Amino acid sequence: MGEFEVHRVRFFGLVPAGPRGGRLALARTDGAVEIYNFAANYFQEKVIPGNEARSVEALCWAAGDRLFGAGLGGEITEYDLSRLCVARSVDGGGGPIWSMAANSSGTQLAIGCEDGSVKLFQIVPGGIQFERNLDRRKGRILCLSWHPLDTHIAAGSIDILRVFHVSSGQTVQRIMVNYHVHKVKRECIVWSIAFLSSGTVVTSDSFGRVQFWDWERGTLLESHTVSTSAVLSLSVSEKEDSIVVGTSTGATYQFQLLPVKIGSLEKRWVRTKPFQHHTHDVRAVAHSSTALISGGLDAQLVIRPLMEKMQKKGYEAALRKFTFPHRRLVSCARKARLLLFQFSQHLELWRLGSTNETGKDGEVLPLCRMPEHLVQLKSKGPEHIYCSCVSPCGSWVAYSTASRFHLYQVQYEGDSVSVKKVPKVPKLLLPAYQLQFSADSDSLFIASARGSVHVLQLLEPGGCKHLHTLQPPSGCPEAVYLLAVSADGHWLAAVSGDWAIHIYNLKCFKHHCTVPTYNCAVTALAIHPITNNLVIAYSDQQLFEFSIPEKQYTAWSRTVQNHGLHKLWLERDSPITHITFNPKNPSHILLHDIYMFCVLDKSLPLPDNSALLMNQSTLKQLPETARQRQLHAFKICKKFQPLLFADLLDENCLVMVERPIMDFKTQLPLPIQQKKFGT
Amino acid sequence: MVAPVAALRVVRCGGSSLHGARAVFSTDSKYLLCASGDFVKMYSVATEETLRVMGGHADLVTGIQLNPHNHMQLYSSSLDGSIKLWDFMDGIPIKTFAVGSKLLALYALASFEDSVFVVIPKGGERDTFQLVSVKLTKAAGQDLEAKELSVVLDGVDASPKCIAFGREGEYVASVKEVNLQVYFFKQKQLNRFSVSAGKTKSGNNRFTCVACHPTEDCIATGHADGKIRLWRNFCHKKEYTFSTLHWHHDTVMDLAFSVEGTCLLSGGVESVLVLWRNESNCQKDFLPRLGSAIEYISMASDGALCCTLHTDNRITIVNSNLRFAKSIQGLIKTANVKTGLVVDPRTKALVLNGEPGHLQFYCLQSDQQLFSLDIVQRQYIHQAGLNQADLVKVAFSAQGKWLATVEEREEVTDPELQLKLWFYDEETQSFKLNTRINMPHEDHITDMCFRDMDELEDDSLILVTTGRDRVFKVWAMVEDTDPEAQQSVSWSCDFVGSYHNYQATNCCFSEDGSLLAVSFEETVTVWDSVTWDLKCTFCHPPGKIRNICFGRLTCSKYLIGATDYGFLCCWNLLSCALEWSAHLNVVVLQPDPLSEHIAAVSWLSKESSLFVFKPNEPRPIYIQRNICREKIQLAAFVPRDEPETIGSEKYLWLRRSQLFFLTDAQELMTLSMKSLQERLTPSSKQLAVEENLPMTPFSLLLGKHRRQQSQENIDLGKIIVCNKREQDSPAVKELLHTPAHVLPSASFLCPVFIDSLLISKENKSAEEVADEVEMESERTEDDSDEEGDVTEMEQEDTSPVELLGEMTYKLSKSQEKELRRIRKTDYSWISAF
Repeated sequence: MGEFEVHRVRFFGLVPAGPRGGRLALARTDGAVEIYNFAANYFQEKVIPGNEARSVEALCWAAGDRLFGAGLGGEITEYDLSRLCVARSVDGGGGPIWSMAANSSGTQLAIGCEDGSVKLFQIVPGGIQFERNLDRRKGRILCLSWHPLDTHIAAGSIDILRVFHVSSGQTVQRIMVNYHVHKVKRECIVWSIAFLSSGTVVTSDSFGRVQFWDWERGTLLESHTVSTSAVLSLSVSEKEDSIVVGTSTGATYQFQLLPVKIGSLEKRWVRTKPFQHHTHDVRAVAHSSTALISGGLDAQLVIRPLMEKMQKKGYEAALRKFTFPHRRLVSCARKARLLLFQFSQHLELWRLGSTNETGKDGEVLPLCRMPEHLVQLKSKGPEHIYCSCVSPCGSWVAYSTASRFHLYQVQYEGDSVSVKKVPKVPKLLLPAYQLQFSADSDSLFIASARGSVHVLQLLEPGGCKHLHTLQPPSGCPEAVYLLAVSADGHWLAAVSGDWAIHIYNLKCFKHHCTVPTYNCAVTALAIHPITNNLVIAYSDQQLFEFSIPEKQYTAWSRTVQNHGLHKLWLERDSPITHITFNPKNPSHILLHDIYMFCVLDKSLPLPDNSALLMNQSTLKQLPETARQRQLHAFKICKKFQPLLFADLLDENCLVMVERPIMDFKTQLPLPIQQKKFGT
Repeated sequence: MVAPVAALRVVRCGGSSLHGARAVFSTDSKYLLCASGDFVKMYSVATEETLRVMGGHADLVTGIQLNPHNHMQLYSSSLDGSIKLWDFMDGIPIKTFAVGSKLLALYALASFEDSVFVVIPKGGERDTFQLVSVKLTKAAGQDLEAKELSVVLDGVDASPKCIAFGREGEYVASVKEVNLQVYFFKQKQLNRFSVSAGKTKSGNNRFTCVACHPTEDCIATGHADGKIRLWRNFCHKKEYTFSTLHWHHDTVMDLAFSVEGTCLLSGGVESVLVLWRNESNCQKDFLPRLGSAIEYISMASDGALCCTLHTDNRITIVNSNLRFAKSIQGLIKTANVKTGLVVDPRTKALVLNGEPGHLQFYCLQSDQQLFSLDIVQRQYIHQAGLNQADLVKVAFSAQGKWLATVEEREEVTDPELQLKLWFYDEETQSFKLNTRINMPHEDHITDMCFRDMDELEDDSLILVTTGRDRVFKVWAMVEDTDPEAQQSVSWSCDFVGSYHNYQATNCCFSEDGSLLAVSFEETVTVWDSVTWDLKCTFCHPPGKIRNICFGRLTCSKYLIGATDYGFLCCWNLLSCALEWSAHLNVVVLQPDPLSEHIAAVSWLSKESSLFVFKPNEPRPIYIQRNICREKIQLAAFVPRDEPETIGSEKYLWLRRSQLFFLTDAQELMTLSMKSLQERLTPSSKQLAVEENLPMTPFSLLLGKHRRQQSQENIDLGKIIVCNKREQDSPAVKELLHTPAHVLPSASFLCPVFIDSLLISKENKSAEEVADEVEMESERTEDDSDEEGDVTEMEQEDTSPVELLGEMTYKLSKSQEKELRRIRKTDYSWISAF
């Protein structure tokens, strides 16, 4: 068993996001935009890889499901969520953009710029159009908020906040924020602002205060000091009875509008729950109807459900933390024993170490050959890598960025490795969303937009040919994001963004069938090498087995559905990211998510809710006869955490890729120093 | 003039626990009412004096509350199962309601017309309590039954801090363990909330106290891990919410909202009062260094003052701007009185452990701390489980010129010991450190005494310490040779003695200082204090020696010892033989310094008995069985300022000194011969009330005028002096100032009244001397002299006194005698008036 570490370095600070229609969009500091689907157990549904030249300071949903982003590059970008790329971008014309907000009807965008201007853009089909400037004053506009009736805009700047009348474009109120602090030399930065329908403006500032202002009179209604350091982000619930704020110490606080007395109309904002889920700045918060969502510089997305809104205890009512992507970033060449790691702008190819010794269960064996870093491939330009793959024989490596597709041939001569770029790669519709080599390494499948999959034939020495493009018969607007190919090279399964699974016959390049639609996102799928059964894992933790030749669910799959899976299994946090099989024992399915590795034995009975799901350690202590009775299908191992990738190299060799959370934390900037009592 | 001999009564005179209940301010914030043991005490906020002690309950007072419908009245509840209604301005019980079961807490609310709330044990179950409302009947009469109980909440905590009533009595909140219950009276709705049980990483989540916002729906709860939670929206079972305030590192002991509800006060073991503004974690103020853990916090109804009750019985009064205003401290309670009760010969104050590391000087007469001497002189850290240096032994030289203290820090392996000698500085009127000896013994010091020789020179003063390291050491003063030293003398070890490698446990000097007795486990050794030769040994196996002392005056040839196995032995030093022994489990052996008497307190089958004996006769002079409920820990004879006249021979031993006991509960008790009635007559206290008028411009003006008047009066002669004396008589004063409707019956007042007419020189008339056989002739002479003086003054008194009528009119000596005779025989005729 080889064990390995991925040196994946990413600074994931999270940036403004907003839930819309059950979807949460969030941007990272590297420019990547991710879409989480609440309905599908907060599955990370879509990822638009970042771009070095494009930072995202603000994101907003407008005009239905259109997502706009704006950043310090000074451009407003609209994202194409079906093709997962930038649809178009327009220059804001006011220097770096710090903030952006769409009005409630979704017809206008307001941006706040470095030069102190607030500009309005009209959202039109197929783009946005500059409408006009509002009254410009000096000082960058750091945050913006529309009045729910779209009549006024509140804008926060340094030391002041201003309220604009939208139709006239005039500043109608100007409030000094630091007026109430005595003898302060520092400037007070209004980091975040919200305009409530009652005419109250809520600001959060660098003095650690959350303040409520009456904008018409320009008076301070309430001031709550929540922290000694800055309050960076703020979000109001739809009903305007709850506010969540995030501070630079990693704490988030909830404010609630509560009646002072039972039955009285007088209400007051009260700071209620503090949460400390982050170690660094909380850069973004969002308030959904049932949960508080926060993202921080420590690259975590935390979804904290509001217990009082929950009807029952269950999956929804548990705290979720997302640190790792729900994607596979590692690919493995089984025969050559190579691993390919995908970083945001480069790839690394490593050869696994090996050992001659054997040992008992749990023993760490000494290596006779150290793992070896063979090649590092750097992608050119500012674009981030979408996907990558290494062929099972290890001689081909392919990756794709937003605008380019690269195929390399890797040659091994003794200890030296040479990488040769394959020339004349066919011009395809880019980007590619997923790459998959066939088991015999002579063809490459490229998942592409509109549900299509391109098939490339790889030629020795160092050439390739576009063979065919597979497309679903009914057409599909969404891109394909997962591929699975059978070991015999006969079948290919492709999952597109609308969660439909299409199966193609590769012998005749024809659409074979479609797996009955299930209303949830597919997180992983694989085709069994012997039976050609397709095993599918969904984001609600359901497992299905579909027989490709028979075009129907297998008997075992039906048993699973009738019996139901164990409660604990269904309440797990993270989706299954990879499925593989044990050729020695065809009834075994190997699955893993970030926190566990599971061997699913189809020949054993399924566990009841009353049975212990994680029973491996108790089984060990039982005598043989009792053990037989206690056995059930799920054999779960939690030894390796957090587990990014697991694959079977050969019959008795497994590779696990761990990424210790501490390694990851040391890469982060230092958190704010806080005195802790008793230390 | 001694009243028919009453039995000796055990009287509490201070120190009893003040933490039965939260203190209550009177509506005008002039008086502070506290439950103190079985009594309710009234203090003046302005002068810190105890104005009144209201007794009548037969057990601990557990709750006091002002009557919400009459702020001059006070309800008190007690473990004896009764609720009493007092007129606290006059200290008169108005009504007593018998409830029947133990009352653990009392709450009175304005919105409930004729009922109060009490916590009682649930019938039949142990350790379960319920909150019930008691209907107080309006019937006439003093003693009433209040049996109309209705249960409000079940399963409440016994502590009065665990229940609080919300604004205008809309709801009641109760906490127990990890559960919070809120009951709404109007809606008849009960909501239950709980915090996560079990010990979290930050500590214990248990609730410790609760307070309700005076105007809003907000409940503040304190927790054992030091957190304060503010609950809101608790009318909804699901959408309730709370926020957390955290500063305390240990249990939050009590919480109180300010009258407006804008501030919250909290206190705990850190002895810091924390003021939270606007329910914000960031805006808080502190009042640190309050001396000891805060037990209760209460607010005055006008919000101007707040008071904290501390675990050591201190009361601190704090201004609304969180400034320390006053401190009322009687006997400071400490966890363990290691020093024993020692009498300071200079001030006659009781000296014992006070604050941690301090020595308190407690004045018995005024029930006040005179001062506190910092012995350890190290910062005390208010945290549980720390081993900190504490004072363990203290001894005074005969005239109080020298003070020796021993402090130690408990360590399992080797204790850290220090012996300090303090010299009384006449200039600064305080003790000054003279010598500090590190590690005077290798192990704990068990006993210490000075050679008590009044008439001897200073340089003959020696100190003996005994230690568990099997030696006793003699310390003597030497001239200091160091020219830089500011003092001329210092102390050093003079002699080290041991006996058969036994641990030395007690030491004692004979009255003339010539002999030193040191007990070594089972053996008592007697040493010559000049040559340090071992003179003789005594032993009375089995059992180790617990206490030893020499007899005094006529009995100085006897040595008394008490052993572990319950024997009291008396050895004759001349014959070196056992004179007598008695089977008695003596825990305290205390000789009277001014007489031959020795008091022994035994502890047998859960009752303390007092025996007083003279060493020369094995039969005790006085025995009192079961003198108090608790175990008596320590005792001390305190010399009286002037000898008291004692009628009965039985109580003669109390003539020159008074015996004080300290119980386990750290209540200070004494034996008194005065009748209850006499003791409870508030002498001079009423005066204090009147003199505490606020300083207004008008009163200043009036005061000036009055002073002028009195100036004139003085010029006029002595006439007024006597006049004043009569008015000053507390009994008359009380008679004149008590509202008529609360006055006791005339027959009750008559003796007091007549007493007051007699010039208060009781026990000094001629007949008296004749009556009392034992009276010393010397004293009689003195008395008659004084008598003469008084009569002279009397005759000058010509001004008629209002109300007193002709009775005061020139009482000649014969008239006075006549009156007394009448009074002694029969005075029921006055009741006919």
